[in-house]
Amino acid sequence: MSVWRALACAVLLAVISVSLAAQWLAPQGYAKQYREATEAAPSRAHWLGTDEIGRDRFARVLYGTRVSLLLAPAAALLSTLLAALIGGLAGYLGGAWARLAMATTDLFLSLPWLFLLITARALMPLNVSPLVSVLVTFSLLGILGWTTAARVLCASAASLARSDFVLQARASGVPGVRLFWIHVMPNLKPVLYAQFWISIPVFILSEANLGILGLGVAEPMPSWGSLLRELEGLVSVGEAPWKLVPLALLVVVVTSFQLLLSKQEEVAV
Amino acid sequence: MLLWRLARHALNLLAIVLLGGFISATLVRLAPGFDVDEQQLDPHLSAASIQALRDARLRDRNIFRFYLHSLQRAAHGDLGTSLSLRQPVRTLIRERGPLTLRLVALGLALAWAMALALALSAARLRIGAYDALTTFISGTLLCIPAAVLALLSVLWNLPGSLAIALIVFPRVYRYTRNLLAKAYSLPHIVTARAKGLGEGRILLWHAIPVVGPQLLAVAGVSVSMAVGAAIPVEALCGLAGIGQLAWQAALARDLPLLVNLTVLVTLVTLLANSGADVIGHMLRSQEA
Repeated sequence: MSVWRALACAVLLAVISVSLAAQWLAPQGYAKQYREATEAAPSRAHWLGTDEIGRDRFARVLYGTRVSLLLAPAAALLSTLLAALIGGLAGYLGGAWARLAMATTDLFLSLPWLFLLITARALMPLNVSPLVSVLVTFSLLGILGWTTAARVLCASAASLARSDFVLQARASGVPGVRLFWIHVMPNLKPVLYAQFWISIPVFILSEANLGILGLGVAEPMPSWGSLLRELEGLVSVGEAPWKLVPLALLVVVVTSFQLLLSKQEEVAV
Repeated sequence: MLLWRLARHALNLLAIVLLGGFISATLVRLAPGFDVDEQQLDPHLSAASIQALRDARLRDRNIFRFYLHSLQRAAHGDLGTSLSLRQPVRTLIRERGPLTLRLVALGLALAWAMALALALSAARLRIGAYDALTTFISGTLLCIPAAVLALLSVLWNLPGSLAIALIVFPRVYRYTRNLLAKAYSLPHIVTARAKGLGEGRILLWHAIPVVGPQLLAVAGVSVSMAVGAAIPVEALCGLAGIGQLAWQAALARDLPLLVNLTVLVTLVTLLANSGADVIGHMLRSQEA
């Protein structure tokens, strides 16, 4: 493991651990309002100051990090499972199934990602509870983000289906379903892991974009996207640099994922 | 051969647009609240008027009939009416399209100019520190959400096209740099350099023909990236283009407008990809 990758791993572990300890580090919670201290600068009571309605920014960053960092992998898992099922099966079955699956992925991939996301998000009710909005946002990312991975998995499964050991197993009378689950799927694991890791930073950034555009997680639940909306009211960077902490954290985390991914990308293609 | 390729692309395009249109119409039809019209709550309307509104909605209950109805209207140039802006979708697209087109074209030109300049200099100079610096810049930009880049461009009074360029640049740069680095390590280019051939000639005669078709494919994909980037840039920079319209439609859940815009954008990106593929094919066949 290179020094950079080890550093990235350490940073991710530290950020995840701190965000998981949010209820002890910020026991007041993310929604409590300090009406006497709105838009306050950092102090001993509020390490990163407060927002325009007096909520502690440090607490919101911790809880927001937890939401983004726990749910982006969940969405990545969902998209990878869908990709494995659709792409893997299509590649294994071949013929018309593979063509149909690839035509569907072509259709999805021809749409700019953000257009697809906001269209799908608009189809869901916008005025929902914060918890539902979190689930809707990350489920959408998972449900819509399977196409690129499916394409890679389809190609890998097709090549596996033509391999000697699968041919031999088929000739020995192993039934199709067993062949797929016992012989093809386990060999797709490295590609599945790679696709899973590649999806996480993509989903973190997508959620951030949706959040800034007001189509992500609903208030008062924090996420990196909703925290970054605060930048909209910024007049200059030097005016309140502590407002940039969520952005810095997001960049550091996504960079750490990218550093870890350099190895995974080689497996994925 | 070229005609066959063009015909195949046209058929592909038609099939995807029809299928995409059907999926979009299905989504609109099945979206929560489709059967309900706000006007039905208007106390000024008589029972007969409310019944007429309900009957109008009932006609579109069947998804296939709804799609055929939408398709027929689209064939006559009627893309429907925006629910939130109360204007024909066609008029809205005609009014706002040129701004987005200008923004995307300028953004793409800037992104490609930056990416090519940095990738070429990195491939030619082969200095570790310079390569690390350019990779660091593009890597950092890649880790910043597009919407944040748009917000920062507002903060620093930068033009929207530059924000689009900064969103597209790192993706284009990564591919271009890798392609050029691979091309410059090919045996015939190493030999040409060893024989003392000028860098300009190596680039034009040996490197570009190798990477040209692949760069064209990236160019096709970059159109899709730039169009996608237009949403946050226009929405947050207050530019009245197609991206801002899509964002407003999403916030207002104006599905007819949003779906029409999505199909239009799909068509543009598919055309760009098909164009890049056909030109790449022509270049390859010319070389052969």
